[in-house]
Amino acid sequence: MTRTRMASALGILLAAGAPGLAQVELSGSWAARNHEDFQDRFQGPNLVDYTGLPLNEGGRARALSYSQSQLSAPERVCLFYPPYYLVMGPFGLKMWNETDPVTGDVIAWKIGGWEDRPPTTIWMDGRPHPPKDAPHEKAGFTTGVWEGNVLVAYTTHLKASYIRRNGAPASDEATITSHFLRHGDILTLTMLVDDPIYFSEPVYRTRTFQLESTAIAAMGPPCIQADEGTKEGAVPHYLPSKNPFVDELTKTLHIPPEAVMGGAETMYPEFRKKMKDKYTLPDKCARNCGGPRFGPPGGLAVN
Amino acid sequence: MTTSRLYPQSRHSERQSRNLFFHSLFSKALEADPSPHPRYDQCSARKRGWLSIAIVGMLMVAGQAHAQGRGGPPPTAKAAAPFDVTGYWVAVVTEDWHYRMVTPRVGDYLGIPMTLESKKVADAWDPAKDEAAGEQCKSYGAAGIMRIPARLRIAWQDDNTLKMEIDAGTQTRVFHFGDWKSPGGEATWQGDSVAHWEGRRTGLDGRGLGDPRGQPQAGGLEVATTHLKAGYLRKNGVPYGANAAMTEYYDVVRERSGDLWLVLTSVVRDPLYLSEPYIVSTHYKQEAGAAGWDPTACSARW
Repeated sequence: MTRTRMASALGILLAAGAPGLAQVELSGSWAARNHEDFQDRFQGPNLVDYTGLPLNEGGRARALSYSQSQLSAPERVCLFYPPYYLVMGPFGLKMWNETDPVTGDVIAWKIGGWEDRPPTTIWMDGRPHPPKDAPHEKAGFTTGVWEGNVLVAYTTHLKASYIRRNGAPASDEATITSHFLRHGDILTLTMLVDDPIYFSEPVYRTRTFQLESTAIAAMGPPCIQADEGTKEGAVPHYLPSKNPFVDELTKTLHIPPEAVMGGAETMYPEFRKKMKDKYTLPDKCARNCGGPRFGPPGGLAVN
Repeated sequence: MTTSRLYPQSRHSERQSRNLFFHSLFSKALEADPSPHPRYDQCSARKRGWLSIAIVGMLMVAGQAHAQGRGGPPPTAKAAAPFDVTGYWVAVVTEDWHYRMVTPRVGDYLGIPMTLESKKVADAWDPAKDEAAGEQCKSYGAAGIMRIPARLRIAWQDDNTLKMEIDAGTQTRVFHFGDWKSPGGEATWQGDSVAHWEGRRTGLDGRGLGDPRGQPQAGGLEVATTHLKAGYLRKNGVPYGANAAMTEYYDVVRERSGDLWLVLTSVVRDPLYLSEPYIVSTHYKQEAGAAGWDPTACSARW
């Protein structure tokens, strides 16, 4: 009894007096604030648009070979939504933790799945990542640690997938480092995707979410493989230099071809100087232009 | 994991030492008593327990009082910084590329929660008029400039003032800590910015107040900016008004490679031109020096 009382009192003192020891609460439903990359996250990017992606030659060649019809192949129907779809797509996320029933220690943080995107488990109990040759899963394998008030997660053992919704690839050697930064009711999620196969530098993305009282589902409907008419054994693709959409972005938005093809240099301010004399303002936007919103704030409100 | 949050060594060590001290004190208090007498045993343990609690409590109160400056002046913002935000940072543009790296076409407003009034203003965007009015810097105001591809140079101007220079548009933002008061006068592109370290907000007596909403914080730099001259959120004329207010959160994270990234989460509120707060996050990578630093003039067209 004495020990229990002492431990309780000490716990209270520690909690009240040492905020540095506290971990930030991340549980709840976090609505996406889709104020950036709106087209990429809703309508989807142009079919050939690798601007701001550090693709290497192999990554670019792979991207240009991609046909949207690949998703009709039964073995690829459910391939499209890797864990980094969290920062590629328009959806919010639900987070909760699972605790040890005896000690109360957090064993794992969970991020609910959504349709094809599998739920993510961030193991907090110090378990190691699987061996290098262990099978890769759609969700990968993720461990986490608290660094101050920031949850840092590291994911390995991913399946090959896409870094942009137009087929720009990420390999099964890619890894993800995420930081969960909470500021009041705003959650900023950073994701560094490092891929030695298809990128010359990591892809860095940040996204914002806002805590809301309306519950976000912990799981969406499952992805179901179906026959969408693709001939068995066929992989829809474009042969080198045969992709018909290569100049679409240059025609519509006057983006110079070298920018459309991406590469690390397209991510940095210096690249603007290269484009300055080549770029002319396109005609006024005629469709899918956004504007005043009339729906509810945030979330899926489309403008 | 090789990543690490950027607490200065002194604070980290102080926290580690405090934890070790509590651990050793607690462990000793729970050691088995050699006395064979159960009543004596219980009584003795109880006394030792309360004594330990009292000691720990007094130490923690004393520690907090010291940390909060009750025994002296509160620490300066520079001394209290939980991480080092100074240095050169380059914007890495992987998001909103079509709106940031080139001037977007007229009427392309995707993503911005505009009002009808905002659309009227934006539809009438004319860079020639801005140039004629000497307002080429309308897209380089505080609420717009952080989305422009640029390099930042951040340094302490003094112990309670952080200066952020931005090479695109050759602009300077100044973050004032403590009880700084705006001198008033005409609104400016960069407005008046008041800053504090999250979790280290202090009252007039120097005591910590914590987060005003009582909500958890990552522990970054929070900056509130007002008194802005009306400008553009996006280069193609999407406006923010003179009554706009912006709250920003700056965090520095270290990635596994050792690279440091500055992560900015900004929230712009404007009762006239925004139907809801405009929330975006922008990231910058730290650079070793000034090699890429290239101040340029404001441009209304590029």
